[in-house]
Amino acid sequence: MTELSRRGPSPLLPVDWTYAPAPESREIAAIAERYGLFIGGEWVEPQSGAFFTTLSPRDEEPLAEIAQAGPADVCAAVAAARAAFPAWSGLAGSERAKYLFRIARLLQERAREFAVLESLNGGKPIKESRDVDLPLAAAHFFYHAGWADKLEYAFPNRSPRPLGVVGQIIPWNFPLLMAAWKLAPALAAGNTAVLKPAETTPLTALAFCELLAQAELPPGVVNIITGDGSTGAALVEAEVDKVAFTGSTEVGKEIQRRLAGTGKRLTLELGGKAANIVFDDAALDQAVEGIVNGIYFNQGHVCCAGSRLLVQESIADAVVEKLKRRMASLRVGDPLDKNTDVGAINSQAQLTKIEELVAAGSAEGAEIYQPPCRLPEKGYWFAPTVFTDVSQSHRIAQEEIFGPVLAVLTFRTPQEAVEKANNTPYGLSAGVWTEKGSRILWMAERLRAGVVWANTFNRFDPTSPFGGYKESGFGREGGRHGLEPYLSFDSG
Amino acid sequence: MARLPVRKTYKLFIGGAFPRSESGRTYAAQGSNVARASRKDARDAVSAARAAQPRWSAQTAYNRGQVLYRVAEMMEARLAEFAVLCGGRDEVERSIDRWVWYAGFADKFAQLLGAANPVAGPYFNFTVPEPTGVVAIVAPEQPALLGLVSRVAPALVGGNAVVAIASEGVPLAAIELAEALATSDLPAGTVNLLTGERSELAPWLASHMDVNAIDLTGADVLGPELERAGADNVKRVVRGLADSQGLSEISAFVELKTVWHPIGL
Repeated sequence: MTELSRRGPSPLLPVDWTYAPAPESREIAAIAERYGLFIGGEWVEPQSGAFFTTLSPRDEEPLAEIAQAGPADVCAAVAAARAAFPAWSGLAGSERAKYLFRIARLLQERAREFAVLESLNGGKPIKESRDVDLPLAAAHFFYHAGWADKLEYAFPNRSPRPLGVVGQIIPWNFPLLMAAWKLAPALAAGNTAVLKPAETTPLTALAFCELLAQAELPPGVVNIITGDGSTGAALVEAEVDKVAFTGSTEVGKEIQRRLAGTGKRLTLELGGKAANIVFDDAALDQAVEGIVNGIYFNQGHVCCAGSRLLVQESIADAVVEKLKRRMASLRVGDPLDKNTDVGAINSQAQLTKIEELVAAGSAEGAEIYQPPCRLPEKGYWFAPTVFTDVSQSHRIAQEEIFGPVLAVLTFRTPQEAVEKANNTPYGLSAGVWTEKGSRILWMAERLRAGVVWANTFNRFDPTSPFGGYKESGFGREGGRHGLEPYLSFDSG
Repeated sequence: MARLPVRKTYKLFIGGAFPRSESGRTYAAQGSNVARASRKDARDAVSAARAAQPRWSAQTAYNRGQVLYRVAEMMEARLAEFAVLCGGRDEVERSIDRWVWYAGFADKFAQLLGAANPVAGPYFNFTVPEPTGVVAIVAPEQPALLGLVSRVAPALVGGNAVVAIASEGVPLAAIELAEALATSDLPAGTVNLLTGERSELAPWLASHMDVNAIDLTGADVLGPELERAGADNVKRVVRGLADSQGLSEISAFVELKTVWHPIGL
């Protein structure tokens, strides 16, 4: 025996640090072969007769056939919502509240099933679906349930009334959570809804229909229609009283144009290019965790992602070094594996867009770094990426990439940090890292963004209003402020 | 022999100064030659508003309230003059009282529109209203003075800078108002007033990428076109009333910012 082994295990000996796979069983999530449209409380065949296949981005496995709602289907859904409106809006607020409480509870009960479905269909790590998407979705219903019979307290002397039928179009990055953000305030306020989930991620919304049936929600109060952008466009044009859209700024502008002059209400939650600003006095290890969470959470498919790191020049090298070391420990792989930190890119189209912008970053002269990691052969994957030597005019510093790609820029003074942070048409979120309280408030006051995270990032809560400045949209979701766009008032 | 009165030249109000239209054009209204602003005047007004806005919103709410109250004081002193330029004494008095009402709201609306949010975690989380930025206002044709004041005052109290297009047929009251604003300690450029053809000017403001919000109260048939143009930079579109005052008029011109900070040792 050698001298070394007699002393027992030693840190000098090579240790196998690889994780054993810890896959979540997908058996819990039942997926039908084919889904119709959920209209008037029933599953109906699309009048369009058309279906498309939804995949799992982790291995391109076909999961189900999904109905492609055409204009006639959209009209039928809106008509069902219209028919359900008088009874739903006439129901005592306290009774509406109880339906929403029921939905919240059912989501909590069936959380694991929905989490698996979300990761399977969308590609996000099960850790995130389980610990973020599902708890928050349930919390949104629970929070808004309590508002249903307290609207007069939220808006005193203003006689709040529901608007009627709302058309809601949601993105693929947080499919169920975005459905909750949209439906909970709409229903609490007494509206009925037609919701269109994203083309690539319809499964949790469709499973949610079964949950609504379990909750015995009156037919037609929520109608869910699947399809591509043309379905969304038809919903915008349909006889709805309000449109709520979360998605790209480009589509948001088009919706705003189409609604011009119609008098329909509109709220938009659009893109972002958030700056995460790190000062030289920040707690650097915490800041690095925040940077990683800011851009690699949900593969960077987050409208408020901290996609630009603004780091004070004197600590830039140290921060980038720590960041690279931390990136090397990120586990990229199977979304259903409980150890996975970064899952699959949502779709081939999104992967192509990320690849194109990353190529532009290199071509424009920024320096790319990707930690060594083995990406699965099948499915859509992109390694966590950081660019240094980025200038403000680079496309990767200006355009929303919506992927795990961080652009690092530097600054010397707080004024310069503010100027660079605000130098974008977007204004959704921003991060500030410093141990100096007065500087946090000084920065927070000057950053033109709807959400400012100080010494934290990517936190969400149903009580906390979320939404953008400038081209990141208008209207808020969450809090008392998120109810207002779903109500009309007698007086100001 | 009777003294010959000195007439007033009615000009634009941009950046705290009273320039003629750079185009050299005028049009006849209310028996006077009134400046007919051009696209370039509108763009100059937006530049002036953008430059003035940070200074105005950086003033304390108490201070903004005092400035708005001062506008009321300045108008009161010119009451008779205003009365002949708009719908009469009653309209002027109501306009003055509207400034006073909003002056008193300057240091209160943030408490009503803001919030401390009880998030489920160890964070301090609060929401505050902030100005939207540069607001373009298409003022109603009638009532010319009260309509303009009803739209401009709530935008100002929230800390915005304004570019307003005055009533086309009754523009003199707006210029008179500019003279009151110019002597009210409002930072130069905070309010800019354009006279001229609404249909010529409004589209340039609606499509201007440095205008954050547009108030279409007086847009009439131009509304849909202006709204469509405003989508190019996701403008906030406000459809207000020509004669109203309320908290919702202020909230139409603010953004809500939510700030998170961890609580810990």
